[in-house]
Amino acid sequence: MTATMTKPPVTRPAPAASRAPRRKPMWASKIAVNTALVLATAYTVLPLTWLLVASTKSLGDLSGNAFTLTEFHFFENLGDLASADGGVYLRWYLNSLLYAVGGAGLGAFCSVACGYAFDKFSFKGKEKLFGVVLLGVLVPTTALALPLYLLASELGVVNTFWAVFVPVLVNPFGVYLARIFSASYVPGEVLEAARVDGAGELTTFWSISLKMLMPGFVTIFLFQFTGIWNNFFLPLVMLSDRELYPLSLGLYSWHTVVTAEPEYYPLTITGALLAVVPVVIAFLSLQRHWKAGMTSGAVK
Amino acid sequence: MSVQKSHRGAATLLMAPFFALFLGTLVVPIGYAAYLSLFTERSSGLGFGGTETLFTGLGNYLHALGDPAFRAGFGVIAGYVLGYIPVMVGGALVLALLLDSTLARAKRFFQLTLYLPHAVPGIIAAIIWLYLYTPGLSPVVAALREGGLTWNFLSSDHALSSVINISLWEWVGYNVVIFYAALQAIPREVVEAASVDGAGELRTALSIKLPMIRAAVVMTVLFTVIGALQLFTEPMILNGANPAVNTTWTPNMYAYDAAFRRGDYGVAAASSILLALVAALLSFVVTRIGNRKGAA
Repeated sequence: MTATMTKPPVTRPAPAASRAPRRKPMWASKIAVNTALVLATAYTVLPLTWLLVASTKSLGDLSGNAFTLTEFHFFENLGDLASADGGVYLRWYLNSLLYAVGGAGLGAFCSVACGYAFDKFSFKGKEKLFGVVLLGVLVPTTALALPLYLLASELGVVNTFWAVFVPVLVNPFGVYLARIFSASYVPGEVLEAARVDGAGELTTFWSISLKMLMPGFVTIFLFQFTGIWNNFFLPLVMLSDRELYPLSLGLYSWHTVVTAEPEYYPLTITGALLAVVPVVIAFLSLQRHWKAGMTSGAVK
Repeated sequence: MSVQKSHRGAATLLMAPFFALFLGTLVVPIGYAAYLSLFTERSSGLGFGGTETLFTGLGNYLHALGDPAFRAGFGVIAGYVLGYIPVMVGGALVLALLLDSTLARAKRFFQLTLYLPHAVPGIIAAIIWLYLYTPGLSPVVAALREGGLTWNFLSSDHALSSVINISLWEWVGYNVVIFYAALQAIPREVVEAASVDGAGELRTALSIKLPMIRAAVVMTVLFTVIGALQLFTEPMILNGANPAVNTTWTPNMYAYDAAFRRGDYGVAAASSILLALVAALLSFVVTRIGNRKGAA
């Protein structure tokens, strides 16, 4: 995509105060800027369009002309997906939801509570401790998966729900974000006022601060949700029981047999398409939230 | 804010859950892997009947570092980083600045469509692209052939570029969103002042906006480098389709291979630790470089 790399000619929107001569009419720059964006968008969207079109095709129509709509086979593919391997796909879907919603909910809450405490309380060695958290951000999650596996096999919890669920809860980057959110969303005066009223610190956090931190919580939640939903290496290492698989691992297990059993092609493609839906919804709500968050942060 | 005794309990309670997880799933596993990396298992005979665990000190590390396959993995990562980071960061910056300019239309739509690939699980992205690389299945290969170009995505020479393309597709939009959010946080008065002073869009973008989002850019480079070191999923899918991509093509694949194909936990632990150490070292270097060029 070299097209997006070339900077289009850009002129300024000549404000009233400026008397510099214009070099080019505005509409030309507008077209250039938006064309660059459209080209970049084409690059990101076309493979997904192919996935969408491919999910409507039967195995026989898959090879050959990809973007021509042949016989609409989407609902048959859905039916096959629901019944394949004893309906295991639905199981994977529910597993993924459980890992991602539960994990991101719990994990984001722990991160928000911790980040808030970092922001609002002072104690000895606070910044050193925060530095340790930031070091945690830098630990490669995949490099951590093998040590986690080794530990889990020592503890005898390999191939269990918890082996995948617990490690994804920890989110040091969430703590870092929560501290920033807490500093910008929760004014110190609120805490002072609550203290004057004789409310305990935990009560204040639970009933006042948490509401103010909501935009931050949702942001952290959605990022973590996406991360867990897309997690592949940890389940790959930990799980051998396909009943516990999340979607990513399940689809991979289907993909590995396509060469031998091509009927898994449409299943993998349609399954992949459905697997993308929740994360798109997550992002859409994140965007809505950011819009709201920006105005609420600007109060005062 | 003054510290009172009553706050200590609250702070501890609020921090305890996170730090319990932090210890249990980060610190302890790394410590345990470090411990395991010092031992090796010798099987005396077949099966699991008679294995004995021997202390080897740094033996596993020397074994990994002495293994050309492990070293070659770092060579692959170096090539990947050099090819991928400039294109990814440069592309994301240009797109974010374009989005932030007053000329862009439909900003929400562009943000969403650019971000979309990131919503696709990496494993699925890799599968989609493998199908798009496969002659006979792929409209891309067919279109190139129509245009008189024969580009074999699955030849050994193109292994790296094919992997880079998958990563780029997954991450560029995500980073556009990050940079765009940072650009949005620049006080509008600053941008308006620049334009009142007669700075054009391009000038404002390069001299005002770019320096103000430096921290975000450094952070992205850092995360990208760390991500690059962990490269696993995409090549794992290309393994078998591309002759150059063997089971130990990247350091992470090497560690996985050691644990699950060769059953050598000591070497697997050692190579994981080495990988984490290299990541830590690179993080340190990147942040140092980032902080040296004036305060962000």
